[in-house]
This record gives sequence, structure tokens and C-alpha cells, in this order.
Amino acid sequence: MKPMSGVSVTKGAEDAAPAADDLVVLSNVNKHFGALHVLQDIDLTIARGEVVVVIGPSGSGKSTLCRTINRLETIDSGAIAIDGKPLPQEGKELARLRADVGMVFQSFNLFAHKTVLENVMLGQIKVRRTDKKAAEDKARSLLDRVGVATQADKYPAQLSGGQQQRVAIARALAMDPKVILFDEPTSALDPEMINEVLEVMQQLARDGMTMVVVTHEMGFARSAANRVVFMADGKIVEEATPDQFFSNPRSDRAKDFLSKILHH
Amino acid sequence: MFDFLEGYDLLGAFWVTVQLTVYSALGSLIWGTLLAGMKVSPVPLMRGFATAYVNVVRNIPLTVIMVFSSLGLYQTLGIALGADATEDINFRLAVLALAAYTAAFVCEALRSGINTVPVGQAEAARALGLSFTQVLRLIILPQAFRAVVNPLSNVLIALTKNTTVASAIGVVEASYLMKDMIEAEAQLILIALVFAFGFIVLTLPTGLILGWVSKKVAVKR
Repeated sequence: MKPMSGVSVTKGAEDAAPAADDLVVLSNVNKHFGALHVLQDIDLTIARGEVVVVIGPSGSGKSTLCRTINRLETIDSGAIAIDGKPLPQEGKELARLRADVGMVFQSFNLFAHKTVLENVMLGQIKVRRTDKKAAEDKARSLLDRVGVATQADKYPAQLSGGQQQRVAIARALAMDPKVILFDEPTSALDPEMINEVLEVMQQLARDGMTMVVVTHEMGFARSAANRVVFMADGKIVEEATPDQFFSNPRSDRAKDFLSKILHH
Repeated sequence: MFDFLEGYDLLGAFWVTVQLTVYSALGSLIWGTLLAGMKVSPVPLMRGFATAYVNVVRNIPLTVIMVFSSLGLYQTLGIALGADATEDINFRLAVLALAAYTAAFVCEALRSGINTVPVGQAEAARALGLSFTQVLRLIILPQAFRAVVNPLSNVLIALTKNTTVASAIGVVEASYLMKDMIEAEAQLILIALVFAFGFIVLTLPTGLILGWVSKKVAVKR
């Protein structure tokens, strides 16, 4: 059960990706919640254009890992760099860096007092300083891309969960992020709405977006991931291509996990 | 029956009450919002200041603050707030005292409103790259205000009635006139009823209108 530290196992042309193309690098990251050691010596490198799916049992630290990448969770030791720049302390620098890292949350977190269109325009106008007209055009085209263009003038509470999550993806895309973090994006959705969100994510993956996806959707991991990272008890237990991982997991912990979720 | 009202400027006195209320409400809203912002800020010094301010000011009787404003600020330190006539000076000092006092309550109401905004709202805003002040100004406070229209309406009603304390430093508002009339006229109960009615006329619509606004602007989640 040795962690496969820093090994970048990727599909196809990405195989020979040089180190210069590493977009997100976590090295020796540790974090505690009180006495609980939630992240233990995490080493993980995500290359530009790569889709990394993080799976594992509840409480394994995968959401925390995802949230450390844009410093919504601070770390106790180790280092995280995005596009060669180490994560700065809270402040202007960090805000600038966060603008380049999109995030999609489990509970959508659309701004409840703003319309769908305003949600997608806000970051462009206030952070990117885009003029209003351009921001609106871009917002509308992104909403069209995720299939909710007709809902632009509604408030988030008037939309279904699947629609809200697609708006959240559009909101992240509006910032032209280098990488998008998905923190269990379908876990709060009714089963019938999961696919509409996954389809949008599949499309993003095909378009070459760099994605870190924490999920329980094994189907998505199989079809869209370049690499599966399996976490348990705060450690990265196994990293492999989806084919390798699902058909031939090496660690006992992963075998146990897969036997519980895949046999029926 | 209401002959005793003759010779008194009842409307004028209530107009002063309204002016005291409006200026103090605006001042306390601005100052209270700033205090609430400090209370949730990441800077320990600001949090400490706001906490100390609220705890000190809301635990001192308004009369004491009002008298301090007149005796301390004006008569001792000579701060006249840019006015010349005694009447204006007293009015401005009263507004300052009322606003400083009421801001502590506005701050606390607003902070409970901030607590109703889910953490995810701020996280999503920070993840977009908004700064702390932008998150507060664009995401948190607009939702917090919508959640506390009713508590703020209570604060406003209390403020309206608290303006009567301004008579302690010689501002001729409604209760000042009432004391004058009680000394000069015989119809004590009628006089009290007239002024009670006057305040209800001011505060009842406030409560009703803001209650309606509260429902209208509530954030649906």
C-alpha cells in the first residue's frame, strides 16, 4: 500500500508531458483537523489538460485535498504550486490566483440574491474588469453551452439542482480558468439530474480543460479520467489509469472499496 | 376639547422628532454596517475594536451618552460639529449620540444576518477571486440585510422613541414640548394621549411597511 507519489500516469499523447507542463503540484502536504490527520504526506502532480478523478470512501480527505488547491483550506506543512507559483497567503495575490482556478461545489453555492446571468457575469466584471456588454455576451454563450440559456433571468432557487450545477460550471468557465476543481459536483443531485451535469463535464474534458474531480461517479471516472487517484484515511493509496484501477486494483484497500461499490 | 393645543407648535416638535430619527437612522446604519464588517474581518484589531465598541456602547444608558455628547464633546472639548446656533449644535450632538448608540444595535442585528448567509456563498465568492471587501459588499451584506429587515425595523422603532432623550440636552422635539405643556396646561391625560398617538402615527407605518419589505426582499434558497 505504498502511495504512488508524484507519478503521472496519463493516457495517450499526454504520456510524455514534460515537467514544465505541470499545472498543479502538491508536495508533501499535511493537514490536521484537530487530532485528525486528514491529509498525510500528499504528493500529487496534475499536468495541463489532464483530467484527474479523486475517489475514495467518505472521510478519506478527498474533498479537503480538492479545497486546499485554491486554499479554501489551509495546509499545515508542505507546498502547493499552481502553474509554477506557490500559493500565497490570504490577500490580493491569492485572490488573483484563485481567479485562475475554477471551483464547482457539491451544494452549487450560486449567489442566491443574484440572477443566473448575474452569477456568471459577476466574476468577469469585478475580478477580470471586463466591460458589462462583453461579460453579458460571454455569460449568455456559456449558459447556452451548458444548456440553461433560457433560465438566464431566473434566480438560483427557481432552478433544479442539475440546472444550478450547470450554471455553477458556467460561472467557473467565465473566468477562463487554467484548472477547474469539482468537489463532489453530483452528490447533492437527484439521480435523474446527475447525467446532465456529467455530460457537461465530459464535454469539458474532451475540450482539453484541466480538471480535478472528486466524485463517487465511477462511470465518469472510467470514461473521462486520464488518471484515477484513490484516497483512504488521508493518504493517496493508489494512482492509475481508469482501466488499470477498475479492472486490476493493486492495493487491498482499493479492492475492498471497489468490491463494495461495483458488484451490484 | 382640544383647545389646550392652541399656541403650541405640535407639528413643528414632531417634525424635529422625524428629523432626529432620519439623520440618526442613516448615521447608525452606516456606522453599524462598518462595525459589522469589522466584526467579521480577518484583522484581529478591527474585530477587537468592534466588539469592544458594541459592548461598551450598548451597555451605557442613552441618557448618559447624550449628556456626555453635550457636556463632554461640546462644553469641554468645544466640538460644535460645524454649527453656530445653540439650537443647531444641540441637534447635531443629539444625532451623533443617537447614531453612535443605535449603531451598536444595528451592528448586532446585521451580524445575526451575516450568520444566516451560508458559508458556501462566501467560499464561492472567494473562489472566483473576489477580495474580502468585495465578498462582504457584493455577496454577504446584500443577503444579510435582506434577512434582517424585521430586526432593523425594531431598531428603527426603538430609535424613533429614543429621540425623546434628546430633550435632555435641550432639543425641542415632541417630548420637550410635552413637558412644557404639562407644566402649563391642566389636561394631563389628554396631553399624554396626544403625544402617545403622535408616536404611534410615526412608528406603526414603519413596522408595517418594513414588514412588507422584509417579505418582498427575502432571499429564496
